[in-house]
Amino acid sequence: MLWYTGRRLLQLIPVFFGATFLIYFMVFALPGDPVAALFGDKQPSPAVIEQIRAQYNLDKPFIVQYLLYIGGLFTGDLGTTFAGRPVIDELTRAFPITFRLAMLALLFEAVAGIVVGLVAGLRKGKIFDTSALVVSLLLISVPTFVIGFLLQYVFGIQLGLFRTTVSSQAPWSELVLPAIVLASVSFAYIVRLTRASVSENLSADFVRTASAKGLTRRRVISVHILRNSLVPVVTYLGVDIGSLMVGAIVTEGIFNIQGVGGTVYRAIQLSEGPTVVSFVAVMVIIFMLANLLVDLLYAVLDPRIRYAK
Amino acid sequence: MRNDPDQKLSADHFVADLDETPVKAVDAVDESEKPRSSWNDAWDSMKKRPTFWISAVLILFVIVVAIAPGLFTHTSPTRGASLPDSNGGPEAGHPMGFTLQGLDVYARVVYGAQASLTVGLLATIIVTIVGVVIGSLAGYYGGWLDAVVSRIGDIFFAIPTVLGAIVLMSVLPSRTPLTVALVLSLFAWPQIARIMRGSVLGAKSSDYVMASAALGVSRFRILLRHVVPNAITPVIVVATVSLGTFIVAEATLSFLGIGLPSGVMSWGNDIDQARSSLRVAPMPLIWPAAALSVTVLSFLMMGDVVRDALDPKARARR
Amino acid sequence: MTTTATTPEQSPRASSTAPLLEIKGLKIGFKTQAGYVDAVRGVDITMRQGESLAIVGESGSGKSTTATSIIDLLPGTGEVTGGQILFEGRDLTKVTPAEMQQIRGRDIGYVPQDPMSNLNPVWSIGFQVEEAIKANGVATGKQAVRARTIEVLKEAGLGDADQRLKQFPHQFSGGMRQRVLIGIGLSSRPKLLIADEPTSALDVTVQRRILDHLESLTRDYGTSVLFITHDLGLAAERAEKLVVMYKGRVVESGPSKEILANPQHPYTQRLVAAAPSLASRRIQSTIEPTHAHAGEIAAEGADDAELIARAHQREEAGKADAEYIRVDNLSKTYRIRQGGFKTTELKAVDDVSFAIPRGTTTALVGESGSGKSTVAKLVLQLESITSGTVKVGGQSVGALRGKELFDFRRRVQPVFQDPYGSLDPMYSVGNTIAEPLVTHGVGDRKSRQARVRELLEQVSLPVSTVNRYPSELSGGQRQRIAVARALALKPDVIVLDEAVSALDVLVQGQILDLLTDLQTELGLTYLFITHDLAVVRLIADNVAVMQKGRVVEAGTTDEIFAAPSKQYTRELLEAIPGAAFEFGR
Repeated sequence: MLWYTGRRLLQLIPVFFGATFLIYFMVFALPGDPVAALFGDKQPSPAVIEQIRAQYNLDKPFIVQYLLYIGGLFTGDLGTTFAGRPVIDELTRAFPITFRLAMLALLFEAVAGIVVGLVAGLRKGKIFDTSALVVSLLLISVPTFVIGFLLQYVFGIQLGLFRTTVSSQAPWSELVLPAIVLASVSFAYIVRLTRASVSENLSADFVRTASAKGLTRRRVISVHILRNSLVPVVTYLGVDIGSLMVGAIVTEGIFNIQGVGGTVYRAIQLSEGPTVVSFVAVMVIIFMLANLLVDLLYAVLDPRIRYAK
Repeated sequence: MRNDPDQKLSADHFVADLDETPVKAVDAVDESEKPRSSWNDAWDSMKKRPTFWISAVLILFVIVVAIAPGLFTHTSPTRGASLPDSNGGPEAGHPMGFTLQGLDVYARVVYGAQASLTVGLLATIIVTIVGVVIGSLAGYYGGWLDAVVSRIGDIFFAIPTVLGAIVLMSVLPSRTPLTVALVLSLFAWPQIARIMRGSVLGAKSSDYVMASAALGVSRFRILLRHVVPNAITPVIVVATVSLGTFIVAEATLSFLGIGLPSGVMSWGNDIDQARSSLRVAPMPLIWPAAALSVTVLSFLMMGDVVRDALDPKARARR
Repeated sequence: MTTTATTPEQSPRASSTAPLLEIKGLKIGFKTQAGYVDAVRGVDITMRQGESLAIVGESGSGKSTTATSIIDLLPGTGEVTGGQILFEGRDLTKVTPAEMQQIRGRDIGYVPQDPMSNLNPVWSIGFQVEEAIKANGVATGKQAVRARTIEVLKEAGLGDADQRLKQFPHQFSGGMRQRVLIGIGLSSRPKLLIADEPTSALDVTVQRRILDHLESLTRDYGTSVLFITHDLGLAAERAEKLVVMYKGRVVESGPSKEILANPQHPYTQRLVAAAPSLASRRIQSTIEPTHAHAGEIAAEGADDAELIARAHQREEAGKADAEYIRVDNLSKTYRIRQGGFKTTELKAVDDVSFAIPRGTTTALVGESGSGKSTVAKLVLQLESITSGTVKVGGQSVGALRGKELFDFRRRVQPVFQDPYGSLDPMYSVGNTIAEPLVTHGVGDRKSRQARVRELLEQVSLPVSTVNRYPSELSGGQRQRIAVARALALKPDVIVLDEAVSALDVLVQGQILDLLTDLQTELGLTYLFITHDLAVVRLIADNVAVMQKGRVVEAGTTDEIFAAPSKQYTRELLEAIPGAAFEFGR
């Protein structure tokens, strides 16, 4: 297991450098003036332009720029936002909020998704299964921001059950509705995945052997079917974290949450390119680390991976 | 003991009545049915499902709307705005009411189909071609080609599609449907490539590939004629679904303000523009959202149907 | 009208003569995509305590279905539609699910076929054995359960059982996994054990050991065993009673020795005639040889010098023909990358030498890992030779490149094992058979179509097959097409790699007959790779036994079978199930 972890960490390194390089390259190495591009239609003052140039070392050769930037990442110097605050401060303030939101969403989508998927898979072809399929299809088809607006409208405005915007401290209770919105698409995918997996495992040889041993149906389902069906779901969660991040930008934008996503959202609206780039770079790094964790979890769940090669 | 017809059979020895258990000739070919390839099989099973027909009709409908919006409305989606109509409800000739600027919602929904569908289609085509080519070559030839391609794919894969698109779109000067499609494809190709690569790795070790190699068929021809056709099935399924997810991605980008420019008519843009007056007039947001959802839904349903039809396990049961 | 034996009248209290298992008129149906299928159509089977009974049949006979229905383990689409299954007088088709759970494992044990897919890969072996013990109340309390688990594993033949507890199925060999499954099946000393093809997925020598082991355990416990198998020899050897099934019905049943000696039903007769393990001699072709060499013998009116010249020629040709395929000191080493930068070497073929006379069949026999398939690939030049030579008709093939290699391929063609993977599912039969012709630019479209038709006839398939696709045909039919494709370029040599191993016995017999006929008709030379020594007797003139990449023993088939000189060869021979029986034919 340790060996496997070590290998995965090693594999992460080239990807880390490659991805950050790619982002940096996209922003700063394409033809044209990066500063102008970063600010889009806005015309920043010359003082700000100077500051940006200095911050990103735009007068130096590209590779040096990149390395200085990476160095900055490790020391926590991520530059400053348009408003003059250090990015790292913004990040430290905003991150816990988004983390709470993401954890809630993961909880909802995993628990609800697996349970619904399990029942649907066990009762394939029956009413519950068909409705689960239809609902999940709908949730994937409707974009997250539409779901966000709809739920905000219905539960917030019409029914008044939830606040329509979240306060700056963003306690857990206020994050429930946004978390449901954020989780909705992933929930749908997890239902489908679990359902397919359960249905496949139902007719697996080892399940038949388990029944032949004299185990109760309940035990066969929980210990053998469900446990084995979890593996593809965990694999999916790795990819899902990426869509959760994108979803966070949208959801925090709609509900006015002051998290990482909300900051990016506002920065996009205000055409503050540098802030967007910094935050996205950090999000990508978090995505990679989260994926690593998921890979490790996968190895815990499936011993064949642990001992492979 | 020898085979002696006179030997008496013991009391336990049971022989079934020959009339009840006729013995057929071993292994005769059933000539009664028409020949069926696996595509025929797939088509037959698809035809039977109502989901297939529903989604096929919807898809065709949306395509027609996108190609020839003029057939569906004579109202201009961009002109004729009159402020008194702002956020007005439905009236004669304007079944979906008016936007904030007083433009006809229905016309905008109809004309908006084009941009969304163009982005979705273009992105899917690019991603599929790039993914299939790269995935096949990497999986088939292996070695350093595979190692390099996999690393590069990992790097792009590490950046979630829309996140990467956000960054790139922030710095690009021009934004057209083609640009958006290219940007989305840039980050989405590794998924298709991975699937194709895995599929090719599986097909590569089949006996029919070895048999063709033993005939002297060149390696490349084997890839083209035997491996790819057999490996491409999962890609078809994912590509169908991708069309839908690309449309959603474009809408998300437009909603955030870095997709298609606000001048271009798209469902995503319309939803974005309608959100400020959501409280008082939800419909200008709901109509384009519904159109978007129905379109995406039809592609997803089609993807499900295609996957079930091409499922090798279902085929093997024959 | 059936002639079942009637049980003598007994008072109900004399339970020792009451049957343990009585299946009466069992009917089972399946819902498939193509509609409703009757898999079992009225089956009667009786078993007494302590008996061993084998149900024999080919695929589709309903034997596995019958067995799994006893403990209600039919796949979701199947159901019992009629009849009774009486176990100790109780009708199992009518018990509640809770009652069935009690019976499973405790009173009736089950040993499935494929050891890899029948153990859950994510739980340890110890966990899975403990589960069975706890569920059947064999022991209670953590200590007792653990102790019993170790006992079961020890009985199964696993030496360091306490270490093994924490290991996972994929870390065990196939034979060990099967032993674990047997251990699980017998862990609560059930009255009846259902063993569904318990050794088909294993190597031959391992099979024998496992079956011996199973026999000793069941004898000790007094368990009755119900075997399911397709191998008539195995059934006769391990079971006192035999039930032969065909297309969902019982066609014959009774004492196994009697049935084999005196089969009454035509189907049973066919099975007995075709069973390789019971065969005694090589299949002979009924076709007159039309081979060119035969014609030279009648040379009339030639003068002495010419005759002598021709005799010399024949001798030369004979010599060349005596070793048409010649393999000398052949070796193949694979380098395997072990993640990171380490590479290990695997010597798959180690200094192998043999020769095959023209027009004959030589079999390469060995278990998995013996290297026999690798030798086949080397002869076909699908893999590169590390050292040594392979000569076909005097020509050394290892050095061939480019055009020469391309031309060489016309002379040596393969037929592979897996009928479901050896034909491209996307290609029609006609295109598959024509591919060799197209690749080598033989003829034009019309002549190719004619040749395809000719080939189909040669393998006894109707011409209409040309437009069909592999998925529509059976395993035997697909193999015929593979043979047709191999013949397309009129090769001299055909390399058959386990070509009949995946086929039902009767179909196997048909294909072997076909191959023999073709050999006589076309003067073909066969290199026949197989793990099944019994099949070797039917098809091969010469045999080379391989183990771990080396040739252990070689000789004519008769020599090897009558007087094997090496221990390993003797083991392989003894492992053939049913070899001990003598049958007049």
